[in-house]
Amino acid sequence: MSNEIIMKILNILFLLIIPFLMTGVIRKTKAFFGGRKGASVFQPLFDFVKLMKKTSTYSNTTTWIFRFAPLIGLACTIFACLFIPIVNGTTIINIQGGLIIFAYALGLSKFISLLAAMETASSFEGMGASREACFTTIIEPAFFIVIASIMALCKIYTFDSLALVIQNAGSIGYLIVIFAVLALLIMLLTEGCRVPVDDPATHLELTMIHEVMILDNCSSELALISWSAYMKMFLLASLISNLILPSNLSLGVSTIAFLLMMFVISVLVGTIESGIARLRMSHVFEFVFVMSSFALVIASLVAVKMYGV
Amino acid sequence: MNYYTVKNNQRVNLLDIPTLELGALRSRLAASNLRPLSFFGCDWGENIKLFVALADDEKGEILLTSSLINKSVKEYESITKDNPQYHMFEREFYEQFHIEPKGHPWLKPVRKNQDDYKFFEMDGEATHQVAVGPIHAGVIEPGHFRFMCQGEKVYNLEIMLGYQHRGCEDLMVKNPSNQLAESICGDSVIAYNMAYSQVMEELSGTKISTKAKLIRRIALEMERCAIHIGDMGAILGDIAYLMGKEVYAVTRTLVINTMLEISGSRFGRGLIAFGGVNFDIDKEMSDKIINVLDGVKKTVNKMTQAVFKSATVMSRFEKTGTVSREIAQELNLVGLMGRACGLEIDSRFDFCDEFYKDFERKQFKATNDAYSRFRIRYKETIESISYIKKLLNKLENYKDEEIKVEAKSLIPNSFALSIVEGWRGELVHIATTDETGKLTRYKIKDPSFNNWYGLAMAVRGNGISDFPLCNKGFDLSYCGFDL
Repeated sequence: MSNEIIMKILNILFLLIIPFLMTGVIRKTKAFFGGRKGASVFQPLFDFVKLMKKTSTYSNTTTWIFRFAPLIGLACTIFACLFIPIVNGTTIINIQGGLIIFAYALGLSKFISLLAAMETASSFEGMGASREACFTTIIEPAFFIVIASIMALCKIYTFDSLALVIQNAGSIGYLIVIFAVLALLIMLLTEGCRVPVDDPATHLELTMIHEVMILDNCSSELALISWSAYMKMFLLASLISNLILPSNLSLGVSTIAFLLMMFVISVLVGTIESGIARLRMSHVFEFVFVMSSFALVIASLVAVKMYGV
Repeated sequence: MNYYTVKNNQRVNLLDIPTLELGALRSRLAASNLRPLSFFGCDWGENIKLFVALADDEKGEILLTSSLINKSVKEYESITKDNPQYHMFEREFYEQFHIEPKGHPWLKPVRKNQDDYKFFEMDGEATHQVAVGPIHAGVIEPGHFRFMCQGEKVYNLEIMLGYQHRGCEDLMVKNPSNQLAESICGDSVIAYNMAYSQVMEELSGTKISTKAKLIRRIALEMERCAIHIGDMGAILGDIAYLMGKEVYAVTRTLVINTMLEISGSRFGRGLIAFGGVNFDIDKEMSDKIINVLDGVKKTVNKMTQAVFKSATVMSRFEKTGTVSREIAQELNLVGLMGRACGLEIDSRFDFCDEFYKDFERKQFKATNDAYSRFRIRYKETIESISYIKKLLNKLENYKDEEIKVEAKSLIPNSFALSIVEGWRGELVHIATTDETGKLTRYKIKDPSFNNWYGLAMAVRGNGISDFPLCNKGFDLSYCGFDL
C-alpha cells in the first residue's frame, strides 16, 4: 500500500519536472546534429522561471477568456495526466473509462486555446487555430480506435491494458504494439508541434501552427502554455513507454527504465527534427492520416485475434 | 538618331543624348523589344528631363534617349498598357514628378503615401485577408504583405514597400561618398560601392589600374559566394531542415571572415574607393583565399548533394512558387531570379568586360520553382569560386601596379551609367553633372525594383504557408528598393 503511495507521489513529481527535461534533451539533440554546443537541458526550466517573473500585457481586443485560457489549458492537461499510467504502470486515478476523461480533458484544453487564439482577432492566429483544429479532428478518432482496440483485446477497460497486450495476444501482440507505438509517435509529433508537422523554432508567422496561436501571449501565461505543451508530449511519451515496458519489473528497475524511455523518445524526436524538413502544409494532413490507417490496422488485428479469421 | 548607343561604364556628353518629343518617345518605347534599364526624371529648370536607358543584351549595348517635358504638362499616355515592363518605372516617375501616365493599370504608390492606398479586396465563402508586417515577428526589414486567401490558398498577394525610404538618391547628389554608397544596401556592399565608384570614375575620367579592377571583381564574386551560401542555409532554415541550415551558415562565415582579413570588414566595407581600392591582396593573402575557398567548395558540394537527396526537402522545393518564363519576361525580372525563371541575362557577360570574357558561361536549366532558385545559387557559388581563382591568378601579373590613383574632379555636362551584376542581379547607377561639374541627379536601380512583383506572381495559387519559402528564394532587398 505504502509502495503505491510512493509511486503516486513519484508520478506527480515526474509529471511536473520531466516535460521540461524532455524538451531540453530534444533541443540538445538538435544542437548536436547542427554542430552546436546548445543550451543546457535545464534551459526550458530556467525559461519557465524567467517568464513567471515577468508582468503581462494584453491586447485590448481580448477578454477574460484570453487571460484564463493558459491556466485552464494547463489544469486540463494535468488533469488528463492523472488518468494515464506513468512510472511502473501506476495510474494516479485508475478508473474504467479513464480513456474518455483523458481524451476530452485534452480536448477541452485545446478548445480553450483555440478560443483564446481566435479572440486576439489576429489573422495569423485564426489561421493557426483552424490548422490546429483540423489536425485534432483527424487525430482524436484514431487515438480512440488505437486505445479502445487494445482495451477490448485485454478486456480490461483501463489504461492498465497497455502493458498486457503481449500477454493477451501472443505473437500478434508484438505487431499490435509496433503499430500502436508508431501511431502514438505520430500523435506525439503532431500534438507536440514538432517537425515534420510544425516547426517549433520558426519565426515565420505564416507557417506556424501552435506557435502562432500563442503569438499574443507573454510572461506567466506563455510559461503556462509552454509547460502544458511540453506536458502533452510527456504524457504521450509515457503511453508509448507503458506499451513497450514489461509490467512485472521491480520499482527501481522500472523507474530507471521509464526515465530511459523518456530519454530515448526525446532523442528520437530530436533526431527526426534534425534529419528531415518540415512537410508542406497540404502533405501534413496525409502524414497525420497515417495514424488513422495504423489505428485501423490495430483494430483489424484485434478483431482477428478475438474472433478468428 | 533616336538613341545614343554606349557601352557599359562609358561617359556620355549630355548633349549627345537625343531629345525626343514625348509622344514619339512613348510610341518608340511601347513598341521596342529591348528591356528598360532605367527610366527616370530629372529637374531641368522649367522642364523635367526624362531619361531612358534600354539594354540590348545580345549586342552588349546600352541605348540612351530622353525627352523634355514642360512642368505644366500633367499627363501623358502610359507606356505600361502596351509594354508592361515599364510598370514600376512609370509608377516611380509619377510619384517623383506627378506627371500622370494615363491609362496605367495600377498606379499604386511606390515609396510614399502607403496609408492612403486601398488594397485589392476579395469577397466570398472561406475567403480571408492576411496582413503581414510592416513589423514582423522576426527581425527583418519592414514590408507589408497583404494576402487574399481562400482557406490556405493564396489568390493574390499585394506587396507594399517604402517604409524605410531615406532619400538616398538626393543624399548622393548632396554628399557623394563611398561610405554613403555602400551603406544603401547592406547585403550588397561591394556591388553598390563598385557601381558608385565606376560612375564617378567615368564622370571624372579617372583611369584606375587593372589591379584595382581585379581586386574589385574578386570582392564582388566573394560577396556573391558568401550571400548565396548564406541564402541556401536560410532557405533550408525556413523549411526546418536543420542540418543544411547550420552547415551553410558555418560555411558562409568562412567566406566573410576571409573578406574581413582582406578589408577589415566582413562585408567588405571600405574596400572599394573612388580611384581604386584601399586594400591590396598579396601573394600570401591570395593563397589563403584559395585555401579557404577550396574547403568551402568541398563542404558546399557535399551538403548540396545531401539536400538534393532528401525527399522531404525536394517535396517542398519542387513545383513551389513557379513563375513562367513568359511572365518573367513580361515583368522584366533580372539577375538571379531572371535566370532561375529561364531568362538568360547576366550583365557580367552581356555587357562583357575584359575579365569575364575569358570565363565560360554555363547554361542553367531552369525549372522556374523554388528548386530552381536553390539550384542556381549552388551553381553560381561553385562558378564564383572558380572565377575568383582565375582572377587571383591574373592578379599575379599586375602585382607591381598601384591599387589607387588620385580621383579627378567631375567633367561638366556629363552622363554616366554603370551596370554591376551584384549577387541579386544587375544594379544600375546613373549620374549626371551640370555645367559646373556638380552632380545634379543620382539614380539607383536595384534588381529588387524589378523583381518584387515576381514574388507576388510566384505565390499566386500556392499555399500561404509556402510564402516564406518563396520569399527567401527571391530574397529581395527592402532597403535597395526603398532607397
